[in-house]
Amino acid sequence: MALDTLQRPKRKNPILRTRLPTLPPAARSRVALGLTAAAARGRFELQVCRDCGAVQYPPREVCHACLSERLVWRAQDGRGELLTESVLRHAQELFFRERVPWRVGIVRLDAGVNVIAYVHANVATAPVRVRVTAALDRAGQAVLVAVAAEGRTDLSDDAKLREMTCDPRFRKVLVTDGKSPVGQAVVRALAAAGADQLWVGEAEPWKTFAGFAALGDLPQVAIVPLDVTNGRSVRELAGEIGAKVDIVVNTADCHRTFGIAARRGIETAQLEMDVNYFGLLRLAQEFAPLLKARAADGRAGAIAWVNLLSIFALSNYPPHGTYSASKAAALSLSQALRAELRQAGLRVINLFPGPIDDDWDQLELPPKLSPDAVAAAVVAALKGSVEDVYPGDVAQDWLARHLDNSKALERELSEQAP
Amino acid sequence: MKATSKKTAAKAKTSKDKPRKGHPSKAEDGVHALLRGLVASGGVRLVDLTQTLSPDFPPIVLPPEMGQCRPFRMEEISRYDERGPAWYWNNLSFGEHTGTHFDAPIHWISGRDRPNNALDMLPIEHFIAPACVIDCSREAAVDADFLLTVGHLHAFEKRHGRIAAGSWVLMRTDWSKRTDPVAFQNLDETGQHTPGPDADCVRFLVEQRDVLGFGTETIGTDAGQAAHFKPPYPCHFTMHGAGKYGLQCLCNLDRLPPTGAVIVAAPLKILEGSGSPLRVFALLPGRQR
Repeated sequence: MALDTLQRPKRKNPILRTRLPTLPPAARSRVALGLTAAAARGRFELQVCRDCGAVQYPPREVCHACLSERLVWRAQDGRGELLTESVLRHAQELFFRERVPWRVGIVRLDAGVNVIAYVHANVATAPVRVRVTAALDRAGQAVLVAVAAEGRTDLSDDAKLREMTCDPRFRKVLVTDGKSPVGQAVVRALAAAGADQLWVGEAEPWKTFAGFAALGDLPQVAIVPLDVTNGRSVRELAGEIGAKVDIVVNTADCHRTFGIAARRGIETAQLEMDVNYFGLLRLAQEFAPLLKARAADGRAGAIAWVNLLSIFALSNYPPHGTYSASKAAALSLSQALRAELRQAGLRVINLFPGPIDDDWDQLELPPKLSPDAVAAAVVAALKGSVEDVYPGDVAQDWLARHLDNSKALERELSEQAP
Repeated sequence: MKATSKKTAAKAKTSKDKPRKGHPSKAEDGVHALLRGLVASGGVRLVDLTQTLSPDFPPIVLPPEMGQCRPFRMEEISRYDERGPAWYWNNLSFGEHTGTHFDAPIHWISGRDRPNNALDMLPIEHFIAPACVIDCSREAAVDADFLLTVGHLHAFEKRHGRIAAGSWVLMRTDWSKRTDPVAFQNLDETGQHTPGPDADCVRFLVEQRDVLGFGTETIGTDAGQAAHFKPPYPCHFTMHGAGKYGLQCLCNLDRLPPTGAVIVAAPLKILEGSGSPLRVFALLPGRQR
């Protein structure tokens, strides 16, 4: 099948019914969700037997070679050979029925197992060397994709696999706060990534920050009033543009640097919650239903929701104690949002950056993420096929410690109590 | 027994409150009739001096690490829907110093030990008082940092008579006509630029004239740059230190005469409250018919 480079979609024909979203089969066993858990972080992992070293596929409870129960998930390089392929032309599943023909094949991984994978249009006819990666389908579940063995592969260059990405090219995007350094960087990165239209939220218009006014010079950008602490403001903007938005990038963030004892009263913590938690809730209540209604609106329909969380959401960082709590609340709510949006095939992507090189992380030691690095991670996440992104060394380190032993991480962080 | 006595009491109250047929109630006989008559005859006119409380009305700006005055916010409880089928209502949240609002002496550290310095303790007689309105609109139009001085007060008194003790002094700048919140805040890198009184002016009003308080159309009773005055924020420091009040974010001051208006400004009765949004209106002598 030929490559199909993403083209600017035609405008919507208003006399035709907007299609309803269908989903690929989403049922997975608990053990098979290990594949999804890794794919959500952009990794292709398979179980490996601790006793005999055999790689397992499909995911299972005991080793297929030695019956050991000691199976652990390990990253795979995905190298292998496409042995045979087939084109699906008929399907009972509504999702595939709407999309056939669909290319699938069997790949013999060098690791020693045969896997069934979707085959990218950039792969020559079998037999041929390929690389297998994991991706998330529109149901949010892991699937395997065989791509050309060499060079960079863009899932967007395959008309079927494109739906596993949320490529911002030709999309219409709302960035909820464009005033912060990260917000400004996200707007610029999305413009460079080919977004067609960028609505950029501005709260408290009487406060001027360097660089913000210049965003208005970008041809894709429209500055719109949006204060996520003000339900009326969120509602009005949703009424005005909500039915056009394909991607929401929630950059609205209130970061103050206090623990419990270092700040009397709860006023500052309330403000953090009002922006970071209730702000997300207000946005979700107004925009999510509109996104769901357009989840199958052609090639440029609604597709994704991105939240700028923090690595502090995983485990409380006591010097920024109340901020951490508000981000943990936002993380929890984002899971509810993900559950609701997944029914329409919409993806919720969470970013968990470590300290950012801005005013509020001034006293954090490097390495700190530049706003541009955060923005690049947003764009990469949309172009790829992931749910959870931990950009930068600090975030990666915290994540590894959290996954290894979350209690130990809590104790380690408590050493830094203010 | 208890229930019976309660019932009787309720009955008695009802019959007492019910106006007698054919006769005006005592209330209608009294002050109400007087006021209604004055308003209806044109003898007294009413002017609303209050800005609408709305989420878009800007709050005072402070450095972000400091405690912040929460802007006016409303969350719907129900609106004739499944949350409450026959009724519409909201939960509100806002700082005490939001929108058109009143400052009590306890608001400032200089007034913290004054007697009766908080909203729940203010003498109710103070809620109705005469007002002197000093027109600074021409000066403020050309100079956002315009300061009212003792010299201006003398000039005012020369034309309109001495500022009476116990009256409000209201500084008309037409700032309330700046409906764009950016122009209303008027911030740049050096802070806010809005008109207000200088330190000597405030001292004169307190020590020489014993006024009730000072009112402005801007976001504070002090000028935007008053953090750099001596003392900082003189209208807060000196006024509240002497047990005087403040009114901010007033509007329609251009519809008041220099003297002769009576202001009704009754803040909410909040326990240890330092200020509150309120409805402020003026009673003016009516036009001659």
